[in-house]
Parts: sequence; structure tokens; C-alpha cells
Amino acid sequence: MTVIQKKIDDNPIAHLSAEDIELIGKELDTIRQEIRDSLGEDDAAYIRTVIDVQRKLELGSRAVLLASMFPPAWFVGTVGLSLAKILENMEIGHNILHGQWDWMRDPKIHSTTWEWDMASPAAQWKHSHNELHHTYTNVIGKDNDLGYGIMRVDEDQKWHPLYLAQPLWNFVNACFFEYGIAAYDLELGKNLATKKRRQNPEFRAATKQVLKKIRNQATKDYVLHPALSGPSFVPTLAANFTANVVRNLWSHSVIMCGHFPEGVQTFEKASIEGETRGEWYLRQMLGSANISGSKAMHILTGNLSHQVEHHLFPDLPSNRYAEIAPRVQDIFDRYGLTYHSAPLYKQVASAWHKVIRLSLPNDWMAETKPSNLPSQLGKLWKMTTGGPKVRRAMQARPAAA
Amino acid sequence: MTTTVPRPDSVRSPLASLRKRAVRLAELVTTPLLPVDYLDLFDPLRSGAALRGRIEAVLHETRDAASIVIRPGRDWLPHRPGQYVRIGIDIDGVRQWRAYSITSVLDRPDGCFSITVKAIPDGKVSNHLVHRVTPGTIVQLDQATGEFCLPERAPEKALFVTAGSGITPVMGILRNHAAQLTDTVLVHSAPTADDVVFGEELRQMAAEGRIRLIEQHTDSAGMLDARSIAELVPDLHERATWACGPLGMLEALEEHWASAGIADRLYTERFRPRILVTGEGGTVSFTKNGTTVEADGATPILDAAEEAGVLMPSGCRMGICFGCVLPLREGAVRDLRNGEITTAAPGDGVLIQTCVSAAAGACTVDH
Repeated sequence: MTVIQKKIDDNPIAHLSAEDIELIGKELDTIRQEIRDSLGEDDAAYIRTVIDVQRKLELGSRAVLLASMFPPAWFVGTVGLSLAKILENMEIGHNILHGQWDWMRDPKIHSTTWEWDMASPAAQWKHSHNELHHTYTNVIGKDNDLGYGIMRVDEDQKWHPLYLAQPLWNFVNACFFEYGIAAYDLELGKNLATKKRRQNPEFRAATKQVLKKIRNQATKDYVLHPALSGPSFVPTLAANFTANVVRNLWSHSVIMCGHFPEGVQTFEKASIEGETRGEWYLRQMLGSANISGSKAMHILTGNLSHQVEHHLFPDLPSNRYAEIAPRVQDIFDRYGLTYHSAPLYKQVASAWHKVIRLSLPNDWMAETKPSNLPSQLGKLWKMTTGGPKVRRAMQARPAAA
Repeated sequence: MTTTVPRPDSVRSPLASLRKRAVRLAELVTTPLLPVDYLDLFDPLRSGAALRGRIEAVLHETRDAASIVIRPGRDWLPHRPGQYVRIGIDIDGVRQWRAYSITSVLDRPDGCFSITVKAIPDGKVSNHLVHRVTPGTIVQLDQATGEFCLPERAPEKALFVTAGSGITPVMGILRNHAAQLTDTVLVHSAPTADDVVFGEELRQMAAEGRIRLIEQHTDSAGMLDARSIAELVPDLHERATWACGPLGMLEALEEHWASAGIADRLYTERFRPRILVTGEGGTVSFTKNGTTVEADGATPILDAAEEAGVLMPSGCRMGICFGCVLPLREGAVRDLRNGEITTAAPGDGVLIQTCVSAAAGACTVDH
């Protein structure tokens, strides 16, 4: 993959005129307005029910875990708590913090008052996610969600031997995703780089907030709840740790499926200067991928399985995305665009395939066959141990010549 | 275990600090939520919860008026007759706040109170309460408030002038102060006899000699003006007067009482907020910042405020990130994306996205 602007032969939007793009924008605006006008009691009941179920599931699971020294209780409690944590982050927290439910004017369910079970405080996450990621979706250098600044996400990024470890990084990041997100919201890499940045009072205050949040969350999951379990202290601690890791792996997988599967487009910084509303919509359409599956799967992904619809209408309530999807897909079809959608296992595999492919020098994976494996490994060895000059020289060789 | 006997500070403060620590511990267990968020799941009316109520019954008074019986949360304080209560009810999923007079007797044995609502044309909340709401619905409440009450020493002679739903606070007073009000005249206007809210009960009170009731049916007999009221109640000058009804009626009465030099004996209650004039643009005032900005109807409040040097929270500037949301205390704004008007009455704090909202009349924003 490469940024869409550099694609000549297979540019997926070459056939669209500026007028087409504005028409797409108008059609999407119409859908948005229709849904907004039809929001009502049923929608409000939906989010309240999800919140109610989630809280009772969490309370119940934690109660069961008080007896977690008995393996069945440990198992049931851990499954329940994992589900509760997934619901809390995905269908509830993420979507409320998007302002999807602000229209209800309920101060208890509002983007400005909500706080969630996550290392990153809501306010910091809203900035990096809602403002940066959703505004600059898939723009290389602007949207840090692409690889979170620690991965090679595009062929145009120069390959370095350090990237060989990126599948491992990606897995570690997945296990401890909530801390990764917190570090990323703090722009830790950038802000720890220089003394001046480290001492910036704003950065220090934000760090303090994150640490406080982490301390509170950890105290609850790893001290208080185990302590309340008495003789089940260690099993409960293990259960809570497991539930957090399950939640982290799940949300990382879902989020990776949103923008990382093969075929999803990336964009150049310069391309969004003076972008129209139609062009913004088009970028969201090309830069997202959906997951197909059952209703339960959609709810557990926080309806991010409808990533395309979510990126087009980030502030429409998530329970409506399923109903919008066929209309959005129809627009894709009529304008000759590819609507990326596949079952979860396929999207996860596709995203991981890309992570691995990009951890290697460009075209290395494609060129490698069982027959030429020894020579390919030799080439990789040379590129890994050689200096930048060697790498440049070897990359410069035309791939298929 | 608990005791009501006041204890010296030295004994109470360890208890208080123990309690404080217990609360802190409960908060640590429920973080990032609060203990109340879980308790609300099971008992939304308990003591210590945000004040709420449950609708127990809807009693139809006339074809377009109903009394709503509400069981308040345990922190509800007794009201004074004549006061109103602010009620927040979710209609089509959106929380709407309105104020209604309390009409029930104090200390009902079932612990409930009632408000009486008259459905007004296009009234979103009043029509919902009169025609659609069902028992079991949970509503948000504030404590009762308002000054339209009898003084501690009830006047010997009283006059009430009401029209339409203006009878509701007066009914609250009449039902509760029967013993104190020994010489009472009620002048009430309604389109027809059937439209008189509490008509039967009022006529019964009159038949028992508790009040003198003058009913004016305006469809057939026309409206009463201040002069004809004076003719109907010759000893009007000796009476303390409470009036509640449409704005025009109240203004006419105020004028008449002032010209008679007895303005201090007239208490009035306005029911509806002034109609908001929504137009293109307006003056935006920022309460904490103190800045006032003239904004036209096409400029987002965010832009107008920033141009005037107000440091505003902001985000994507296209209406998706909600980084710019601020409470609108009063006034009206137009959503630049679809022309939708959002209004706030004094005391509200409707959250608006300043990056896609333009002033549609004068507004006050909390910032």
C-alpha cells in the first residue's frame, strides 16, 4: 500500500469528478439528518439498557469472584467481568465520549461528564481520538492511530531493522492496550524526548492525571477487590488481570480491523489542505473497514464493526449504524468504490499480515517462495546487519526485474 | 445504632471522619464511577440520590388538564402551598425541564404530591404529561420553590384572580389553608364551565360557604377587565390579592392596582417564560469571562468569541468532536448544519456545540 496520491494505475478514486464527490457528501448529509430527526425514546432506552446490563453484569461477576478460589466461580466471574469491561469500553464509553448520546441532555450520560474504565482519562482521550484521529483519519504524519507512532504502517516509510520486532511490539501493545493508549494520548515519545518538553507544565499535569487514574484503577482491580475476596485474594487478582488483558486484546483487535486491513487507503498531509466536506467524507469511506457478523458481535465491538459508518457519522448513536449500513454501501456501489467488510477472523488476519509484511523490507514477503528462501534470508540478513547504504542499495533494485 | 441526641464535637468528629473514610473507600471500589451510579440501579428514589420522583397516577381533570401524582425521593422537603416544582422528564429520549404548580394537600398519607398540568397547543411537555405519560415513569425533580404563597399570618380578606391553568397554585393554597382563609373571593376565567380545572371541587367549596366563587366563561361572556373585577368585588381595596394567569391579564391588574395606590397588596405569578425572539444573530454574553460579543447568524459562536479574544475550548470545528461544548444558560442558538433551533430558559444549562451553533437572538453562555 502507498498513499492514495501516489497511486497511478490503481487509484480507486480516479474515476470520480469533483462534482461526484460533492454529491456523495450531500447524500451522506441527508442520511445523517434523517437519523438525527428520528432519534427518540427507543434509542434512549437502548443506551440505558446497555448501561444497566453492563453494571449488573460487572457487579454480579465481581460478586462471584469473591469465591474465586473455586475454579468454576473463577471461570464464570472472569468471563463475566471480561464481557462487562468490553461493554464498558466499547459500546458505552467510546460512544458516549463521542457525544453520540449528548442529544438526550442527560448529564449522567454525556460526553462532557463521562469517565471510563481505562488508563487514559476521558478528556485526554477525547482530544487525541475525537479531534486528531477522527479529523485526520489515515493521513500519514497527522493521524497517529496509524501504528501509534511505533510501527511501520506504509511502504513509503523507510525500513529499518528495528521494525523486524514490530509484530512482537504489536502483540505486547495489544495485551496492555489501555496503557499504550494512555502513553499515546500523552504523546509520550515526543514529550519525553527533550528536557524542555519533559518539564512543560501542561505535560506534567497531564501525566499526573494519567498516573492518578492508573493508580485508582489498579487499586480497585489489584488491591481492593482481591482484598474483599479474603482467601480468594490471589485468584481474584488473577481474574481481574485476565479480564483486563482480554478486554485489551479484544479492543486492540477491533481497532486494528478498523483501519489496518489490506486495501484501506492512506493519505498525504498536503492532500487535506482546503478539503471540502465531500472530500472529508470520501477519505473516511476509503480509510475504514468493517467487520461482518452477528448482532452480539456488533455490540461487543461497540459497533466499531461498522467502522465505515462510524467514521462517516461519529456522533450518531451506535445502535443506528446497522440500519445505515445498507444505504452507505449502496453509495459505495453506485460510485464504484470498494466497501471493505469481512468477518472478524479475516480482518484480524489481514491486519496482522500487514503488520508482518511491513516489518520486513518492501516486497520481501511477496518475493519469498520456498524455493528462494535461503537467498531471501541471506538478503534480509545483509539488510539487517548492513548500514543504511546497503539497505538503500538493495531497496533500490527493481523488485520484479 | 444512630442517635438523634446532639453530641459534643469531640465525639461527632471521629464518627464524621469514619463516615468520610467509608465513602472514600466506596469510591475507590466503584471508580471511575461513583457509588451512587450503582445504587441508582436498584433504588432511584433513595435518600442521598439525586432528587427524582415516580409518577404514580394521572388523574384527568378536564379534557386538556390532568393532575399527576408523584412519589418523590426520600430527600424531598415539604413544599409551601402555592409553590411550584421543576420537573425533568424524558420525551422522545430528550430530557425536558418545566415548572408546574403543586396542587395537592400537604402531608398526604401516601407521601405523594401532585402537580396539575394543562396541555397548551404545541406544548411538548404539557401534552406529554396530560395525554401520554404512564404511571411508573421516573422524573427528575428540584425541591419546590416560589414565593406565590400566603404570608405567615393569613390576611383576613383575600382575593384570588386566576385564568386557565392559573388556578393551579391557588388550588394548592385553597386546599391547604381552609382554616386560615375565612373571607375569600375567587374570580376565575375559563372558556366554558367544562374547562374549569377543579370546577366541581371549587363549586363544592362555594356551596359550603368556604369561598365566594365568581366564574367567568369567556367563550360566552367575554373576558373580564380590571374594572369589571372591581365592580364584582366592591371591597377589593380591603383584600390582599393573588393573581395568576396570562401575561396580559397580569399587566392589566398591576396597572389597575398601581393606579389605585394599592400595588403592594397584589402578588402575581407569571407562568410562562417570555417568548424568545429568534432571529439572525444576536448578542452573546459569557458569564464567567464577562465578555459580550455581537455575532451574526452565520458565524459559529466559537469563531465570534475567539475573534473577540475569548479563550474558548475547541476541537475539530466541524461538529464531530464535542471538544467545544458549553452550557447555554439562556437564549437561542441555531445549528448551522440544519437550522435547528435550541433554546434555553433561565436556569437551564443546555449543552451546545459552539463550533456549529450561531446566535439566534441574545444568548448567555456559561464560560
